[in-house]
Amino acid sequence: MPISPSDTHDLAVIGAGPAGLAAAVTAADLGLTVALVDAAARPGGQFYRQPAAGLGAARPQALHHSWGAFARRAGRLAAHRTAGRIRYLAEHHVWAVTREAAHWAVHAVRGPDGAGARAEVAARTVLLATGAYERQLPFPGWTVPGVVGAGGAQAMLKAGLVVPGRRIVVAGSGPLLLAVAGSLAAAGATVPVVVEAGGYAGYARAPRTLAANPRKLVEGIGHAAALRRYGVRLRTRSAITAVHGTDRVEAVTLTRLDRDWRPVAGSGLRIPCDALAVGHGLVPQLDLATALGCATRRTPDGTAALVLDGRQRTTVDGVWAAGETGGVGGAELALCEGELAAHDIAGRAPGGVLLRHRDRLRRFAGVMAAAHAPRAGWSDWLRSDTEVCRCEEVTAGRVREAVGDLGARDTRTVKLLTRAGMGWCQGRMCGPAVAHLAGETALEAGRRLLACPVTLGELAREER
Amino acid sequence: MHRPPEPRMKRPRARRPRPTPADLVQAAPGPEFEITLDGRALSALPGQSIAAALWAAGVLSWRTTRRGGRARGAFCGIGSCFDCLATVNGTPNQRACLVPARPGDAIITQEGHGRADLTV
Ligand SMILES: Cc1cc2nc3c(=O)[nH]c(=O)nc-3n(C[C@H](O)[C@H](O)[C@H](O)COP(=O)(O)OP(=O)(O)OC[C@H]3O[C@@H](n4cnc5c(N)ncnc54)[C@H](O)[C@@H]3O)c2cc1C
Ligand code: FES
Repeated sequence: MPISPSDTHDLAVIGAGPAGLAAAVTAADLGLTVALVDAAARPGGQFYRQPAAGLGAARPQALHHSWGAFARRAGRLAAHRTAGRIRYLAEHHVWAVTREAAHWAVHAVRGPDGAGARAEVAARTVLLATGAYERQLPFPGWTVPGVVGAGGAQAMLKAGLVVPGRRIVVAGSGPLLLAVAGSLAAAGATVPVVVEAGGYAGYARAPRTLAANPRKLVEGIGHAAALRRYGVRLRTRSAITAVHGTDRVEAVTLTRLDRDWRPVAGSGLRIPCDALAVGHGLVPQLDLATALGCATRRTPDGTAALVLDGRQRTTVDGVWAAGETGGVGGAELALCEGELAAHDIAGRAPGGVLLRHRDRLRRFAGVMAAAHAPRAGWSDWLRSDTEVCRCEEVTAGRVREAVGDLGARDTRTVKLLTRAGMGWCQGRMCGPAVAHLAGETALEAGRRLLACPVTLGELAREER
Repeated sequence: MHRPPEPRMKRPRARRPRPTPADLVQAAPGPEFEITLDGRALSALPGQSIAAALWAAGVLSWRTTRRGGRARGAFCGIGSCFDCLATVNGTPNQRACLVPARPGDAIITQEGHGRADLTV
Protein backbone atom coordinates (compact mmCIF):
# COMPACT_ATOMS: atom_id res chain seq x y z
CA MET A 1 0.00 0.00 0.00
CA PRO A 2 1.34 3.47 -0.79
CA ILE A 3 2.67 5.41 2.18
CA SER A 4 0.62 8.29 3.47
CA PRO A 5 2.16 11.53 4.77
CA SER A 6 1.29 10.72 8.36
CA ASP A 7 2.96 7.30 8.31
CA THR A 8 6.32 6.66 9.89
CA HIS A 9 8.70 5.89 7.04
CA ASP A 10 11.35 3.22 7.32
CA LEU A 11 13.91 5.79 6.18
CA ALA A 12 14.15 9.56 5.73
CA VAL A 13 16.89 10.61 3.31
CA ILE A 14 17.90 14.26 3.56
CA GLY A 15 19.41 15.49 0.30
CA ALA A 16 18.61 14.23 -3.21
CA GLY A 17 22.09 14.62 -4.66
CA PRO A 18 23.96 11.60 -6.02
CA ALA A 19 24.31 10.10 -2.51
CA GLY A 20 20.74 10.62 -1.34
CA LEU A 21 19.16 9.67 -4.66
CA ALA A 22 21.16 6.44 -4.91
CA ALA A 23 20.33 5.60 -1.29
CA ALA A 24 16.62 6.28 -1.68
CA VAL A 25 16.12 4.16 -4.80
CA THR A 26 18.30 1.31 -3.46
CA ALA A 27 16.44 1.29 -0.14
CA ALA A 28 13.10 1.22 -1.99
CA ASP A 29 14.41 -1.61 -4.20
CA LEU A 30 15.13 -3.49 -0.98
CA GLY A 31 11.57 -3.01 0.23
CA LEU A 32 11.80 0.02 2.55
CA THR A 33 9.40 2.96 2.55
CA VAL A 34 11.37 6.15 2.02
CA ALA A 35 10.87 9.91 2.36
CA LEU A 36 13.39 11.76 0.16
CA VAL A 37 13.58 15.36 1.35
CA ASP A 38 15.49 18.01 -0.60
CA ALA A 39 15.70 21.78 -0.72
CA ALA A 40 15.96 21.99 -4.51
CA ALA A 41 13.14 21.81 -7.04
CA ARG A 42 14.56 18.76 -8.84
CA PRO A 43 16.69 15.79 -7.80
CA GLY A 44 20.39 15.62 -8.67
CA GLY A 45 22.14 17.78 -6.07
CA GLN A 46 25.12 19.90 -6.98
CA PHE A 47 26.61 17.66 -9.61
CA TYR A 48 23.49 16.60 -11.52
CA ARG A 49 21.93 20.03 -11.41
CA GLN A 50 19.78 20.51 -14.51
CA PRO A 51 18.22 23.35 -16.43
CA ALA A 52 14.73 24.14 -15.15
CA ALA A 53 11.96 22.44 -17.14
CA GLY A 54 10.80 25.74 -18.69
CA LEU A 55 14.17 26.12 -20.40
CA GLY A 56 13.43 23.11 -22.59
CA ALA A 57 16.94 21.66 -22.69
CA ALA A 58 17.05 18.73 -25.12
CA ARG A 59 20.59 17.72 -24.11
CA PRO A 60 21.13 18.48 -20.39
CA GLN A 61 23.86 15.84 -20.43
CA ALA A 62 26.11 18.26 -22.34
CA LEU A 63 26.92 19.81 -18.95
CA HIS A 64 27.76 16.56 -17.14
CA HIS A 65 29.84 13.44 -17.39
CA SER A 66 28.22 10.10 -16.44
CA TRP A 67 24.71 11.41 -17.11
CA GLY A 68 23.50 7.83 -17.55
CA ALA A 69 24.22 7.05 -13.89
CA PHE A 70 21.82 9.82 -12.93
CA ALA A 71 19.19 9.18 -15.59
CA ARG A 72 18.86 5.51 -14.54
CA ARG A 73 18.33 6.41 -10.90
CA ALA A 74 15.96 9.25 -11.73
CA GLY A 75 13.93 6.67 -13.69
CA ARG A 76 13.86 4.33 -10.70
CA LEU A 77 12.82 7.24 -8.47
CA ALA A 78 9.86 7.91 -10.76
CA ALA A 79 8.83 4.25 -10.69
CA HIS A 80 9.07 4.03 -6.89
CA ARG A 81 7.04 7.21 -6.50
CA THR A 82 4.31 5.83 -8.71
CA ALA A 83 4.33 2.61 -6.71
CA GLY A 84 4.09 4.63 -3.49
CA ARG A 85 7.39 3.39 -2.03
CA ILE A 86 9.17 6.78 -2.12
CA ARG A 87 7.69 10.10 -1.10
CA TYR A 88 9.85 12.72 -2.79
CA LEU A 89 9.54 16.09 -1.06
CA ALA A 90 11.14 18.75 -3.26
CA GLU A 91 11.60 22.35 -2.08
CA HIS A 92 11.67 21.22 1.55
CA HIS A 93 14.48 22.88 3.52
CA VAL A 94 15.27 20.81 6.59
CA TRP A 95 16.20 22.95 9.57
CA ALA A 96 16.38 20.28 12.26
CA VAL A 97 16.13 16.57 12.91
CA THR A 98 15.00 15.60 16.39
CA ARG A 99 14.73 12.34 18.28
CA GLU A 100 11.19 11.57 19.40
CA ALA A 101 10.02 8.67 21.56
CA ALA A 102 9.76 6.10 18.77
CA HIS A 103 11.08 7.83 15.65
CA TRP A 104 13.09 10.67 14.15
CA ALA A 105 11.23 13.85 13.23
CA VAL A 106 12.52 15.78 10.22
CA HIS A 107 11.44 19.43 10.38
CA ALA A 108 11.32 21.41 7.15
CA VAL A 109 10.11 24.67 5.69
CA ARG A 110 8.79 24.67 2.14
CA GLY A 111 9.19 26.78 -0.97
CA PRO A 112 12.08 27.66 -3.28
CA ASP A 113 13.86 29.66 -0.57
CA GLY A 114 12.22 28.11 2.47
CA ALA A 115 9.86 30.97 3.18
CA GLY A 116 6.74 28.80 3.00
CA ALA A 117 4.77 26.53 5.27
CA ARG A 118 6.17 23.97 7.66
CA ALA A 119 6.26 20.25 7.12
CA GLU A 120 7.31 17.35 9.29
CA VAL A 121 8.30 13.81 8.33
CA ALA A 122 8.57 10.84 10.70
CA ALA A 123 11.01 7.99 10.08
CA ARG A 124 12.63 5.09 11.89
CA THR A 125 16.10 5.80 10.44
CA VAL A 126 17.80 8.83 8.91
CA LEU A 127 20.40 9.19 6.18
CA LEU A 128 22.19 12.53 5.98
CA ALA A 129 23.24 13.28 2.39
CA THR A 130 23.41 17.05 2.57
CA GLY A 131 26.54 17.41 0.44
CA ALA A 132 28.92 20.34 0.65
CA TYR A 133 29.32 24.02 -0.09
CA GLU A 134 32.32 25.78 -1.53
CA ARG A 135 35.24 26.86 0.65
CA GLN A 136 36.18 30.49 0.11
CA LEU A 137 39.41 32.20 1.11
CA PRO A 138 39.22 35.99 0.99
CA PHE A 139 41.58 38.14 -1.10
CA PRO A 140 41.67 41.85 -1.95
CA GLY A 141 38.66 42.67 -4.13
CA TRP A 142 36.73 39.43 -3.70
CA THR A 143 33.52 41.34 -2.92
CA VAL A 144 33.47 43.24 -6.25
CA PRO A 145 30.44 42.25 -8.38
CA GLY A 146 31.65 39.81 -11.02
CA VAL A 147 33.63 37.76 -8.51
CA VAL A 148 31.55 34.62 -8.03
CA GLY A 149 32.04 31.18 -6.56
CA ALA A 150 33.46 28.69 -9.06
CA GLY A 151 30.89 26.08 -8.04
CA GLY A 152 28.35 28.91 -8.01
CA ALA A 153 29.13 29.80 -11.62
CA GLN A 154 28.76 26.12 -12.49
CA ALA A 155 25.45 25.90 -10.64
CA MET A 156 24.06 29.04 -12.31
CA LEU A 157 25.15 27.71 -15.71
CA LYS A 158 23.66 24.25 -15.18
CA ALA A 159 20.36 25.50 -13.74
CA GLY A 160 19.80 28.83 -15.46
CA LEU A 161 21.96 28.60 -18.61
CA VAL A 162 23.79 31.83 -17.78
CA VAL A 163 27.40 32.90 -17.31
CA PRO A 164 28.61 35.91 -15.29
CA GLY A 165 30.77 37.45 -18.03
CA ARG A 166 32.37 37.03 -21.43
CA ARG A 167 35.96 36.64 -20.30
CA ILE A 168 36.17 34.69 -17.06
CA VAL A 169 39.28 33.81 -15.05
CA VAL A 170 38.83 30.65 -12.94
CA ALA A 171 40.93 30.50 -9.77
CA GLY A 172 41.42 28.91 -6.36
CA SER A 173 42.28 25.28 -5.80
CA GLY A 174 40.92 21.83 -6.43
CA PRO A 175 39.84 19.74 -9.41
CA LEU A 176 36.38 21.37 -9.55
CA LEU A 177 38.11 24.37 -11.17
CA LEU A 178 38.94 22.28 -14.26
CA ALA A 179 35.32 21.17 -14.63
CA VAL A 180 34.08 24.73 -14.18
CA ALA A 181 36.53 26.15 -16.74
CA GLY A 182 35.55 23.43 -19.21
CA SER A 183 31.83 24.15 -18.90
CA LEU A 184 32.19 27.93 -19.02
CA ALA A 185 34.29 27.64 -22.18
CA ALA A 186 31.89 25.16 -23.78
CA ALA A 187 29.07 27.60 -23.01
CA GLY A 188 30.82 30.33 -25.00
CA ALA A 189 32.84 32.26 -22.41
CA THR A 190 36.53 32.92 -22.97
CA VAL A 191 38.53 31.44 -20.10
CA PRO A 192 42.07 32.81 -20.45
CA VAL A 193 43.53 30.86 -17.55
CA VAL A 194 42.79 28.51 -14.65
CA VAL A 195 44.82 29.60 -11.64
CA GLU A 196 45.52 26.77 -9.16
CA ALA A 197 47.20 27.55 -5.84
CA GLY A 198 48.19 23.95 -5.23
CA GLY A 199 49.41 21.62 -7.92
CA TYR A 200 48.86 18.35 -9.66
CA ALA A 201 52.30 16.91 -8.83
CA GLY A 202 50.91 15.29 -5.68
CA TYR A 203 48.79 12.93 -7.78
CA ALA A 204 51.88 11.57 -9.52
CA ARG A 205 53.33 10.67 -6.13
CA ALA A 206 50.44 8.26 -5.56
CA PRO A 207 50.68 6.08 -8.69
CA ARG A 208 48.98 3.05 -7.10
CA THR A 209 45.92 5.04 -6.10
CA LEU A 210 45.75 6.56 -9.58
CA ALA A 211 46.10 3.19 -11.29
CA ALA A 212 43.29 1.80 -9.12
CA ASN A 213 40.95 4.56 -10.26
CA PRO A 214 41.04 4.48 -14.05
CA ARG A 215 37.74 6.32 -14.36
CA LYS A 216 39.14 9.22 -12.36
CA LEU A 217 42.13 9.32 -14.71
CA VAL A 218 39.85 9.36 -17.73
CA GLU A 219 37.83 12.16 -16.13
CA GLY A 220 41.05 14.13 -15.56
CA ILE A 221 42.25 13.54 -19.10
CA GLY A 222 38.82 14.61 -20.34
CA HIS A 223 39.11 17.91 -18.48
CA ALA A 224 42.64 18.47 -19.78
CA ALA A 225 41.53 17.82 -23.36
CA ALA A 226 38.60 20.20 -23.01
CA LEU A 227 40.88 22.92 -21.71
CA ARG A 228 43.29 22.42 -24.62
CA ARG A 229 40.44 22.53 -27.10
CA TYR A 230 39.30 25.91 -25.78
CA GLY A 231 42.81 27.32 -25.42
CA VAL A 232 42.60 27.55 -21.61
CA ARG A 233 45.96 27.68 -19.86
CA LEU A 234 46.59 26.16 -16.42
CA ARG A 235 48.84 28.07 -14.00
CA THR A 236 49.65 26.11 -10.84
CA ARG A 237 51.28 27.48 -7.65
CA SER A 238 49.61 30.83 -8.34
CA ALA A 239 46.70 32.85 -6.99
CA ILE A 240 44.63 35.91 -7.78
CA THR A 241 45.74 38.49 -5.23
CA ALA A 242 43.87 41.58 -6.42
CA VAL A 243 40.72 42.48 -8.33
CA HIS A 244 40.58 45.76 -10.25
CA GLY A 245 37.33 47.70 -10.69
CA THR A 246 34.86 49.00 -8.12
CA ASP A 247 31.38 48.25 -9.41
CA ARG A 248 32.48 45.46 -11.74
CA VAL A 249 35.53 43.34 -12.34
CA GLU A 250 37.82 44.89 -14.97
CA ALA A 251 40.99 42.88 -14.41
CA VAL A 252 42.71 40.67 -11.84
CA THR A 253 46.31 40.30 -10.68
CA LEU A 254 47.83 36.84 -10.86
CA THR A 255 50.73 36.22 -8.46
CA ARG A 256 53.09 33.25 -8.07
CA LEU A 257 53.03 31.45 -4.74
CA ASP A 258 55.81 29.71 -2.85
CA ARG A 259 55.37 26.21 -1.40
CA ASP A 260 53.45 27.59 1.55
CA TRP A 261 51.17 29.68 -0.67
CA ARG A 262 52.94 32.94 0.21
CA PRO A 263 52.77 35.41 -2.69
CA VAL A 264 56.17 35.87 -4.37
CA ALA A 265 56.94 39.60 -4.44
CA GLY A 266 57.18 41.24 -7.84
CA SER A 267 55.56 38.36 -9.74
CA GLY A 268 52.18 40.06 -10.37
CA LEU A 269 50.63 39.82 -13.83
CA ARG A 270 47.52 41.82 -14.75
CA ILE A 271 44.88 39.87 -16.68
CA PRO A 272 41.93 41.73 -18.17
CA CYS A 273 38.61 39.96 -17.59
CA ASP A 274 35.02 40.83 -16.67
CA ALA A 275 34.42 38.03 -14.17
CA LEU A 276 36.34 35.79 -11.81
CA ALA A 277 35.09 32.39 -10.62
CA VAL A 278 36.84 31.31 -7.41
CA GLY A 279 36.76 28.49 -4.88
CA HIS A 280 39.15 26.50 -2.71
CA GLY A 281 37.55 23.11 -2.54
CA LEU A 282 34.44 22.12 -0.65
CA VAL A 283 33.26 22.04 2.95
CA PRO A 284 30.89 19.25 4.05
CA GLN A 285 27.50 20.56 5.18
CA LEU A 286 27.18 19.16 8.70
CA ASP A 287 24.75 21.40 10.57
CA LEU A 288 22.03 18.76 10.95
CA ALA A 289 24.59 16.09 11.86
CA THR A 290 26.44 18.08 14.51
CA ALA A 291 23.16 19.19 16.05
CA LEU A 292 22.32 15.48 16.42
CA GLY A 293 25.66 14.91 18.11
CA CYS A 294 27.41 13.00 15.31
CA ALA A 295 31.18 13.00 15.82
CA THR A 296 33.42 14.71 13.24
CA ARG A 297 37.01 14.26 12.11
CA ARG A 298 39.47 16.54 10.34
CA THR A 299 40.11 15.65 6.70
CA PRO A 300 43.47 15.98 4.91
CA ASP A 301 42.31 19.25 3.36
CA GLY A 302 41.52 20.80 6.72
CA THR A 303 37.71 20.64 6.79
CA ALA A 304 35.48 18.70 9.17
CA ALA A 305 33.66 15.58 7.98
CA LEU A 306 31.55 12.97 9.77
CA VAL A 307 33.15 9.97 11.44
CA LEU A 308 31.65 6.94 9.68
CA ASP A 309 32.20 3.23 10.00
CA GLY A 310 32.59 0.83 7.09
CA ARG A 311 28.79 0.67 6.66
CA GLN A 312 28.27 4.46 6.53
CA ARG A 313 26.95 4.65 10.10
CA THR A 314 27.55 7.87 12.03
CA THR A 315 28.37 7.74 15.73
CA VAL A 316 24.68 8.29 16.54
CA ASP A 317 22.55 5.15 16.51
CA GLY A 318 19.98 5.16 13.72
CA VAL A 319 21.71 7.88 11.69
CA TRP A 320 23.72 7.11 8.54
CA ALA A 321 25.55 9.46 6.16
CA ALA A 322 26.79 9.26 2.57
CA GLY A 323 28.51 11.46 0.01
CA GLU A 324 30.34 14.68 0.81
CA THR A 325 29.11 14.71 4.44
CA GLY A 326 31.67 11.97 5.13
CA GLY A 327 34.47 13.87 3.35
CA VAL A 328 34.62 15.40 -0.10
CA GLY A 329 35.11 12.80 -2.82
CA GLY A 330 32.90 13.54 -5.85
CA ALA A 331 29.71 12.23 -7.41
CA GLU A 332 30.82 8.66 -8.18
CA LEU A 333 31.81 8.07 -4.56
CA ALA A 334 28.56 9.66 -3.40
CA LEU A 335 26.51 7.23 -5.53
CA CYS A 336 28.46 4.28 -4.20
CA GLU A 337 28.16 5.32 -0.55
CA GLY A 338 24.44 5.95 -0.92
CA GLU A 339 23.96 2.36 -2.10
CA LEU A 340 26.14 1.01 0.70
CA ALA A 341 24.20 2.89 3.35
CA ALA A 342 20.86 1.71 1.92
CA HIS A 343 21.97 -1.91 2.12
CA ASP A 344 22.99 -1.55 5.75
CA ILE A 345 19.79 0.27 6.69
CA ALA A 346 17.77 -2.53 5.07
CA GLY A 347 19.78 -5.08 7.06
CA ARG A 348 21.48 -6.53 3.96
CA ALA A 349 25.19 -7.10 3.58
CA PRO A 350 26.47 -5.03 0.67
CA GLY A 351 28.52 -6.82 -1.98
CA GLY A 352 32.30 -6.78 -1.75
CA VAL A 353 32.50 -5.02 -5.11
CA LEU A 354 30.66 -2.01 -3.72
CA LEU A 355 32.85 -1.93 -0.60
CA ARG A 356 36.10 -2.13 -2.58
CA HIS A 357 34.89 0.52 -5.01
CA ARG A 358 34.13 2.86 -2.11
CA ASP A 359 37.53 2.28 -0.49
CA ARG A 360 39.38 2.92 -3.78
CA LEU A 361 37.51 6.16 -4.39
CA ARG A 362 38.03 7.28 -0.78
CA ARG A 363 41.79 6.78 -1.20
CA PHE A 364 41.70 8.85 -4.36
CA ALA A 365 39.80 11.56 -2.48
CA GLY A 366 42.59 11.58 0.09
CA VAL A 367 45.26 12.15 -2.56
CA MET A 368 43.13 14.90 -4.09
CA ALA A 369 42.57 16.62 -0.75
CA ALA A 370 46.26 16.64 0.10
CA ALA A 371 47.26 18.08 -3.29
CA HIS A 372 44.92 21.05 -2.99
CA ALA A 373 44.74 21.72 0.77
CA PRO A 374 45.32 25.39 1.58
CA ARG A 375 48.79 26.09 3.01
CA ALA A 376 49.26 28.49 5.90
CA GLY A 377 50.94 31.26 3.86
CA TRP A 378 47.75 32.17 1.98
CA SER A 379 46.75 34.85 4.47
CA ASP A 380 49.84 36.88 3.46
CA TRP A 381 47.86 38.04 0.43
CA LEU A 382 45.26 39.76 2.65
CA ARG A 383 45.50 43.52 3.11
CA SER A 384 44.26 45.03 6.35
CA ASP A 385 41.24 46.50 4.51
CA THR A 386 40.32 43.19 2.81
CA GLU A 387 36.86 42.13 3.94
CA VAL A 388 36.96 38.68 5.52
CA CYS A 389 33.30 38.46 6.56
CA ARG A 390 31.16 39.47 3.59
CA CYS A 391 27.90 39.70 5.56
CA GLU A 392 29.07 41.92 8.40
CA GLU A 393 31.81 43.65 6.36
CA VAL A 394 34.56 42.83 8.86
CA THR A 395 38.10 43.41 7.56
CA ALA A 396 41.22 41.32 8.03
CA GLY A 397 42.66 44.23 10.02
CA ARG A 398 39.87 44.03 12.57
CA VAL A 399 40.12 40.25 12.87
CA ARG A 400 43.90 40.54 13.39
CA GLU A 401 43.33 43.22 16.01
CA ALA A 402 40.97 40.89 17.88
CA VAL A 403 43.59 38.15 17.73
CA GLY A 404 46.76 40.20 18.27
CA ASP A 405 45.65 42.95 20.66
CA LEU A 406 42.65 41.40 22.36
CA GLY A 407 43.92 37.85 22.61
CA ALA A 408 41.16 35.99 20.72
CA ARG A 409 42.24 32.41 20.02
CA ASP A 410 39.19 30.91 18.33
CA THR A 411 36.37 31.65 15.90
CA ARG A 412 33.85 32.16 18.66
CA THR A 413 35.81 34.87 20.44
CA VAL A 414 36.64 36.63 17.15
CA LYS A 415 32.93 36.55 16.35
CA LEU A 416 31.97 38.09 19.68
CA LEU A 417 34.59 40.83 19.33
CA THR A 418 34.11 41.70 15.64
CA ARG A 419 30.78 40.18 14.48
CA ALA A 420 32.67 38.16 11.84
CA GLY A 421 30.49 35.13 11.13
CA MET A 422 27.43 36.58 12.81
CA GLY A 423 25.60 37.54 9.63
CA TRP A 424 23.13 35.82 7.36
CA CYS A 425 25.41 33.05 6.14
CA GLN A 426 26.34 32.12 9.72
CA GLY A 427 30.02 31.93 8.89
CA ARG A 428 29.74 29.62 5.89
CA MET A 429 31.76 32.04 3.74
CA CYS A 430 34.25 33.42 6.30
CA GLY A 431 34.54 30.45 8.68
CA PRO A 432 37.66 28.80 7.26
CA ALA A 433 39.46 32.16 6.96
CA VAL A 434 38.55 33.36 10.47
CA ALA A 435 39.59 30.02 11.98
CA HIS A 436 42.95 30.32 10.24
CA LEU A 437 43.52 33.95 11.29
CA ALA A 438 42.62 33.04 14.88
CA GLY A 439 45.23 30.29 14.78
CA GLU A 440 42.51 27.81 15.66
CA THR A 441 43.60 24.21 15.67
CA ALA A 442 40.60 22.46 17.19
CA LEU A 443 37.64 21.68 14.95
CA GLU A 444 34.78 24.10 15.05
CA ALA A 445 32.59 22.06 12.72
CA GLY A 446 29.55 23.91 11.42
CA ARG A 447 28.05 24.67 14.82
CA ARG A 448 24.96 26.47 13.72
CA LEU A 449 21.74 26.55 15.59
CA LEU A 450 19.69 25.81 12.49
CA ALA A 451 20.64 24.34 9.17
CA CYS A 452 18.69 26.94 7.22
CA PRO A 453 17.05 30.24 8.05
CA VAL A 454 13.64 29.93 9.66
CA THR A 455 11.40 32.85 10.47
CA LEU A 456 10.88 33.77 14.10
CA GLY A 457 7.20 32.96 13.68
CA GLU A 458 8.03 29.38 12.72
CA LEU A 459 10.31 29.01 15.72
CA ALA A 460 7.73 30.44 18.07
CA ARG A 461 5.28 27.80 16.87
CA GLU A 462 7.90 25.19 17.62
CA GLU A 463 8.23 26.40 21.22
CA ARG A 464 4.60 25.98 22.17
CA MET B 1 31.76 44.25 -30.49
CA HIS B 2 34.73 45.18 -28.35
CA ARG B 3 36.94 42.31 -27.30
CA PRO B 4 39.98 42.93 -25.16
CA PRO B 5 43.28 41.67 -26.58
CA GLU B 6 44.48 38.32 -25.33
CA PRO B 7 48.16 38.64 -24.63
CA ARG B 8 50.25 35.50 -24.26
CA MET B 9 47.32 33.23 -24.88
CA LYS B 10 47.06 30.65 -27.60
CA ARG B 11 43.93 31.17 -29.59
CA PRO B 12 41.54 28.31 -30.26
CA ARG B 13 42.32 26.71 -33.59
CA ALA B 14 39.17 27.56 -35.47
CA ARG B 15 37.18 30.75 -35.13
CA ARG B 16 33.59 29.66 -34.94
CA PRO B 17 30.78 31.90 -33.75
CA ARG B 18 30.54 31.83 -29.96
CA PRO B 19 28.15 29.20 -28.72
CA THR B 20 25.74 30.18 -25.97
CA PRO B 21 24.78 28.09 -22.91
CA ALA B 22 21.43 27.45 -24.61
CA ASP B 23 23.18 26.11 -27.73
CA LEU B 24 25.20 23.75 -25.60
CA VAL B 25 22.15 21.93 -24.23
CA GLN B 26 19.97 22.54 -27.31
CA ALA B 27 17.46 24.49 -25.30
CA ALA B 28 14.11 25.48 -26.71
CA PRO B 29 12.83 27.62 -23.84
CA GLY B 30 9.22 28.64 -23.39
CA PRO B 31 8.27 32.20 -24.36
CA GLU B 32 10.26 34.91 -22.57
CA PHE B 33 8.49 37.34 -20.27
CA GLU B 34 9.17 40.67 -18.63
CA ILE B 35 10.42 41.48 -15.14
CA THR B 36 11.66 44.83 -13.88
CA LEU B 37 14.73 45.87 -11.91
CA ASP B 38 14.22 49.28 -10.30
CA GLY B 39 11.56 49.95 -12.92
CA ARG B 40 13.74 48.98 -15.89
CA ALA B 41 12.24 46.22 -18.05
CA LEU B 42 14.31 43.06 -18.55
CA SER B 43 13.38 39.77 -20.12
CA ALA B 44 13.50 36.41 -18.35
CA LEU B 45 13.01 32.83 -19.44
CA PRO B 46 10.64 30.40 -17.75
CA GLY B 47 12.42 28.42 -15.03
CA GLN B 48 15.30 30.86 -14.56
CA SER B 49 15.94 32.09 -11.04
CA ILE B 50 15.79 35.85 -10.58
CA ALA B 51 19.59 35.88 -10.28
CA ALA B 52 19.93 33.95 -13.56
CA ALA B 53 17.58 36.34 -15.35
CA LEU B 54 19.61 39.30 -14.06
CA TRP B 55 22.92 37.70 -15.10
CA ALA B 56 21.44 37.05 -18.54
CA ALA B 57 20.74 40.78 -18.80
CA GLY B 58 24.34 41.54 -17.80
CA VAL B 59 23.35 42.72 -14.30
CA LEU B 60 25.72 41.44 -11.59
CA SER B 61 24.61 43.44 -8.54
CA TRP B 62 21.23 44.26 -7.00
CA ARG B 63 21.94 44.97 -3.36
CA THR B 64 24.03 47.42 -1.38
CA THR B 65 25.61 46.52 1.94
CA ARG B 66 24.46 47.91 5.28
CA ARG B 67 27.71 49.53 6.37
CA GLY B 68 29.77 50.38 3.32
CA GLY B 69 26.88 50.70 0.85
CA ARG B 70 28.84 48.46 -1.54
CA ALA B 71 27.23 46.72 -4.50
CA ARG B 72 26.65 42.95 -4.25
CA GLY B 73 24.92 40.23 -6.23
CA ALA B 74 24.99 36.44 -6.48
CA PHE B 75 28.15 34.81 -5.16
CA CYS B 76 27.69 31.16 -4.08
CA GLY B 77 24.85 30.47 -6.52
CA ILE B 78 23.35 27.76 -4.27
CA GLY B 79 21.62 29.56 -1.41
CA SER B 80 24.38 29.56 1.22
CA CYS B 81 25.96 33.04 1.12
CA PHE B 82 22.91 35.36 1.19
CA ASP B 83 24.79 37.93 -0.89
CA CYS B 84 22.06 37.84 -3.56
CA LEU B 85 19.25 39.16 -1.33
CA ALA B 86 16.71 41.20 -3.26
CA THR B 87 13.41 42.88 -2.62
CA VAL B 88 10.89 41.10 -4.84
CA ASN B 89 7.35 42.43 -5.19
CA GLY B 90 7.81 44.33 -1.94
CA THR B 91 9.16 41.43 0.12
CA PRO B 92 12.80 42.02 1.12
CA ASN B 93 15.56 39.48 1.79
CA GLN B 94 14.66 36.98 -0.93
CA ARG B 95 17.53 34.83 -2.15
CA ALA B 96 17.50 35.68 -5.86
CA CYS B 97 19.53 32.57 -6.72
CA LEU B 98 16.73 30.33 -5.38
CA VAL B 99 13.53 32.20 -6.20
CA PRO B 100 12.25 31.58 -9.74
CA ALA B 101 11.44 34.64 -11.85
CA ARG B 102 7.72 35.07 -12.59
CA PRO B 103 6.10 37.27 -15.20
CA GLY B 104 5.78 40.83 -13.91
CA ASP B 105 8.12 40.43 -10.92
CA ALA B 106 9.26 43.84 -9.68
CA ILE B 107 12.76 43.60 -8.23
CA ILE B 108 14.16 46.50 -6.31
CA THR B 109 17.78 47.01 -5.38
CA GLN B 110 17.85 46.22 -1.70
CA GLU B 111 19.64 48.76 0.44
CA GLY B 112 21.03 47.54 3.72
CA HIS B 113 18.61 45.46 5.78
CA GLY B 114 15.68 45.76 3.47
CA ARG B 115 13.59 45.40 6.55
CA ALA B 116 14.58 44.16 9.93
CA ASP B 117 11.96 41.57 10.79
CA LEU B 118 14.65 39.09 10.38
CA THR B 119 15.06 35.60 11.01
CA VAL B 120 17.99 33.55 12.11
C1 LIG C 1 28.18 24.73 -5.96
C2 LIG C 1 28.77 23.38 -6.25
C3 LIG C 1 28.94 22.96 -7.58
C4 LIG C 1 29.49 21.71 -7.88
N1 LIG C 1 29.68 21.36 -9.19
C5 LIG C 1 30.28 20.17 -9.47
C6 LIG C 1 30.57 19.80 -10.80
O1 LIG C 1 30.24 20.52 -11.74
N2 LIG C 1 31.22 18.62 -11.04
C7 LIG C 1 31.59 17.79 -10.02
O2 LIG C 1 32.17 16.72 -10.27
N3 LIG C 1 31.31 18.11 -8.75
C8 LIG C 1 30.69 19.29 -8.45
N4 LIG C 1 30.46 19.62 -7.14
C9 LIG C 1 30.85 18.68 -6.11
C10 LIG C 1 29.63 17.89 -5.60
O3 LIG C 1 29.59 18.17 -4.22
C11 LIG C 1 29.74 16.39 -5.81
O4 LIG C 1 30.22 16.02 -7.07
C12 LIG C 1 28.40 15.64 -5.62
O5 LIG C 1 27.32 16.39 -6.10
C13 LIG C 1 28.23 15.26 -4.19
O6 LIG C 1 27.06 14.53 -4.00
P1 LIG C 1 26.29 14.51 -2.62
O7 LIG C 1 25.10 13.67 -2.88
O8 LIG C 1 27.20 14.15 -1.53
O9 LIG C 1 25.86 16.03 -2.33
P2 LIG C 1 25.10 17.14 -3.20
O10 LIG C 1 25.13 16.84 -4.63
O11 LIG C 1 25.64 18.43 -2.72
O12 LIG C 1 23.59 17.00 -2.73
C14 LIG C 1 23.15 17.45 -1.49
C15 LIG C 1 21.67 17.74 -1.57
O13 LIG C 1 21.21 17.98 -0.27
C16 LIG C 1 20.33 19.05 -0.27
N5 LIG C 1 20.37 19.66 1.05
C17 LIG C 1 21.45 20.13 1.74
N6 LIG C 1 21.08 20.61 2.93
C18 LIG C 1 19.75 20.46 3.00
C19 LIG C 1 18.78 20.79 3.99
N7 LIG C 1 19.11 21.36 5.16
N8 LIG C 1 17.47 20.51 3.72
C20 LIG C 1 17.10 19.92 2.55
N9 LIG C 1 17.99 19.59 1.58
C21 LIG C 1 19.29 19.86 1.81
C22 LIG C 1 20.78 19.95 -1.38
O14 LIG C 1 19.70 20.69 -1.91
C23 LIG C 1 21.34 18.96 -2.39
O15 LIG C 1 20.39 18.63 -3.36
C24 LIG C 1 29.90 20.87 -6.81
C25 LIG C 1 29.71 21.29 -5.50
C26 LIG C 1 29.17 22.52 -5.20
C27 LIG C 1 28.99 22.94 -3.77
S1 FES D 1 24.12 33.59 -4.36
FE1 FES D 1 24.59 32.85 -2.39
S2 FES D 1 22.64 32.74 -1.50
FE2 FES D 1 22.17 33.34 -3.50
